[in-house]
Amino acid sequence: MSNTAWENVSNQAIAMAGLVYFIALLVYLAEWASLRQVRGGAAAVKDAEAAPERELVGAAAGGSVTSGGAAGGAGASSSVAEERAGRADFLGRLGVLLTTIACVVHFVALVGRGMAADPNRVPWGNMYEFTISGTFVVTLTFLALYRRYQLGWMGPLVVTFVTATLMVAVIWLHDSVAPLTEALNSPWLVIHVVSAVIATGAFTIGGIASVMYLVRSRAEKKAAAAGTQLTGWLARVPELPALDRLAYRVHAFAFPVWTFAVLITGPIWAHEAWSRYWNWDPKEVWAFITWVVYAGYLHARATAGWKGRKAAMLALVGLGTLWFNFIGINYFSTTSQHSYAVERVVDAPVVTRA
Amino acid sequence: MSTDVETPPQAPAPDPRRGERRPGELTARELLRWVWRQVTSMRTALLLLLLLALAAIPGSVIPQQDVDSLAVTRWKDRHPQLTPIYEKLDLFSVYSSPWFSAIYLLLVISLVGCIVPRLFVYAKAWNAAPPRAPQRLDRLPVHASYTSSSTPEEALAHARRVLGRRYRLRVAEPGDDFVAGERGRLREAGNLLFHLSVLIVLAGFALGSLFGYQGGVIVVQGQSFSNNLTQYDDFKPGGLFRQGQMKDFRFKVDTFSVDWLKEGPRAGQARKFNAGLEYNVDGGPTQRYDLRVNHPLNLDGTDVFLIGHGYAPIITVRDAKGEVTYTGPTVFLPQDATFLSFGVVKPPTVQPQLGLEGLFYPTFDLVDGNPVTVFGDDLNPTLSMLAYTGDLGYESGRSQSVYVLDKSRAKPVLKDDGKPFRLDMQPGDTRVLPNGLGTVTFERVEPWIRVQISQTPGKEVALAGVVLALIGLCGSLFVRPRRVWVRVAPATGAAGAGPDPDPARDADGTMENSGGTRVEVAVLDRSGNGDTDQVLADLLEQLQEAPK
Repeated sequence: MSNTAWENVSNQAIAMAGLVYFIALLVYLAEWASLRQVRGGAAAVKDAEAAPERELVGAAAGGSVTSGGAAGGAGASSSVAEERAGRADFLGRLGVLLTTIACVVHFVALVGRGMAADPNRVPWGNMYEFTISGTFVVTLTFLALYRRYQLGWMGPLVVTFVTATLMVAVIWLHDSVAPLTEALNSPWLVIHVVSAVIATGAFTIGGIASVMYLVRSRAEKKAAAAGTQLTGWLARVPELPALDRLAYRVHAFAFPVWTFAVLITGPIWAHEAWSRYWNWDPKEVWAFITWVVYAGYLHARATAGWKGRKAAMLALVGLGTLWFNFIGINYFSTTSQHSYAVERVVDAPVVTRA
Repeated sequence: MSTDVETPPQAPAPDPRRGERRPGELTARELLRWVWRQVTSMRTALLLLLLLALAAIPGSVIPQQDVDSLAVTRWKDRHPQLTPIYEKLDLFSVYSSPWFSAIYLLLVISLVGCIVPRLFVYAKAWNAAPPRAPQRLDRLPVHASYTSSSTPEEALAHARRVLGRRYRLRVAEPGDDFVAGERGRLREAGNLLFHLSVLIVLAGFALGSLFGYQGGVIVVQGQSFSNNLTQYDDFKPGGLFRQGQMKDFRFKVDTFSVDWLKEGPRAGQARKFNAGLEYNVDGGPTQRYDLRVNHPLNLDGTDVFLIGHGYAPIITVRDAKGEVTYTGPTVFLPQDATFLSFGVVKPPTVQPQLGLEGLFYPTFDLVDGNPVTVFGDDLNPTLSMLAYTGDLGYESGRSQSVYVLDKSRAKPVLKDDGKPFRLDMQPGDTRVLPNGLGTVTFERVEPWIRVQISQTPGKEVALAGVVLALIGLCGSLFVRPRRVWVRVAPATGAAGAGPDPDPARDADGTMENSGGTRVEVAVLDRSGNGDTDQVLADLLEQLQEAPK
């Protein structure tokens, strides 16, 4: 296939992936809707199937159906709830299946980008390519952790995030395939970018868990004030301690990877390409800020005993700096050597020369 | 019972003259200790860490002197009112400003104050045995119990074997009815390593900025450079730099080649920059090196980088008598990515002073009547310059930039019709200047490269520091310290083996021993983030797996 053909394949695959993500989102929303009347029941039933026995207690407690009204109708309403839960369960599985398909198509788009370049290369030459790679890793991380941490509830959030970011990439960041700028032409491109993108994907998943922590804790407070129980989709989101632990685990994984990316491979490469291993380039500064914020997050958890709300807020500050650094800083600073738009014009030496 | 004659002792009013203290008043020593405690507290460390992140922000938005001095100059021109304020606040050199330094120095002090005591605690605790089992294991948050059909001695021995696989055990004393295990000592080691490594990184960074230097120089193809302070265009030494540490080497730029993209979305972009250098070190044999981006030349700690390129037209100026007053490659500086370049020619003549200033178009073309360069490669090299005469400041004794012509007291050379005399030349062309000012010849074009030469001592130290920090970090994040205890007792009633998650039920059994053993298990997580339920479940499974 010619390079142009590959590029077209890539463009079409991105459009296709976006479409499938969107359909997945609709399915997740349908699942969400069908859970509206179910109070924690579906979650408990589903968890009981997948989770080890320690969930049993929760299932027994949460499984009691309260939507039936009178106590006498408990048997009948139980079967209705079961049917609803079954439908929600089916939709949930369908959503994950669609997400997986979209992820595969997304991957085809990445391969197409790489094949379209001459010479063939990793698809990390400009912001568009970084963004479609970053979102791919977000989906991949979600799918990889889906079983282990029972992340079914996270589907709609991940898919929303990925669809929105892909739209931004296609509308504002799109750039046709081009050879790498000279400074990017290095083996460090693979090592540096892979680690940075993996960390970005993981931090994003951790951030979503933190957002859900805040949302759920607020909803729980409200529900407690009204004397009711959580219903629907929110009831499916894991309990607060589990969310908190999930957020911590994912962040704890992402942080060393980020350290490797921005404080080891980054400086080594910067030294080779730009002659200084740390030059306070805006991208470096924000990578450092992100590092410091997440270091603060882990530090606060480990020593100051911050948990839950405060920790989640800090994690979100970190997520903000991370994505601002990824996309935003390019629009604020023109001096960044990470801008990829143009090769830097040589600085005019203003010093005298006798 | 005595009636007191003396008045009961009242709390005497504080008398500052006698050096007595009011409640809450601190001596200097106590104050120091209080300050030290505050500085080394975790909360302060956290605050400083977040403050450091906040303080780093301005430097990413405002151009920095050390990063891009040109951008700083431009910014200052555009904001004449803000400039003095920003200068006062060191906003053009944030990362070397006193306030930024204050934050990270405080952070370092806090870190040292926190780590050093912990080092001692850790060293002392290294060999400490895991503590004895608490009296009531069921008081611990994560615990379980079950009854086993084996005897207490057998159950205890089995528990020792199971726990011994993954835990450091407390040495058994005769009469013990429990096994105590501990693991995860390395978490704190990782933690300490991480914090100490931060100091190593800072030390490496400081070494580089104190003893290192960076210099830049433009070298035209065919010309040579020898590593000597006077040869640099710009030179930034560290605070403790000594000239003696400069390495003795010289190199000649033998060839320079660029690959220009002629088609595709990035047409006009240059790549595959390659400067063929002939170099020798300490007067040794001549060697060759292809200097490319991402492939610096390393000479024993001095690195040579290729960081830019451009064009140097070779221009010869003759006076009215035909004597050569100026000849050689004249470096023109690229103004943008099209390589439209600006330069000046200053023949060192005194009477009259003559100067040329103008643009170089690598691939000249007229688009809608405007002169432009349509490509970066020198396919149609064209010079377009104006001549100036008068007082150009050659004699003033002030040092002048070779890239700027001081025209404040000079006049443009005019044609007969009163319009400025413009020299538009292609290689090989010679133009005669009016008024007997002589001639100018554009011989040909040579490329130049801009080379950055730097010594960064301590970069290996910094790298080693970060790698150690990463190792320590992984230890402190992924090692899960915890303690486990298993206690056995003759079963008091409940017959048969099997999980018995409800300890309350065991409490009120009969005293009759039915031959089985009651086994209590408890797990204590010491990191605050461990999944203790899972650990307990696994442990129970292993303990009950092979009943003996």
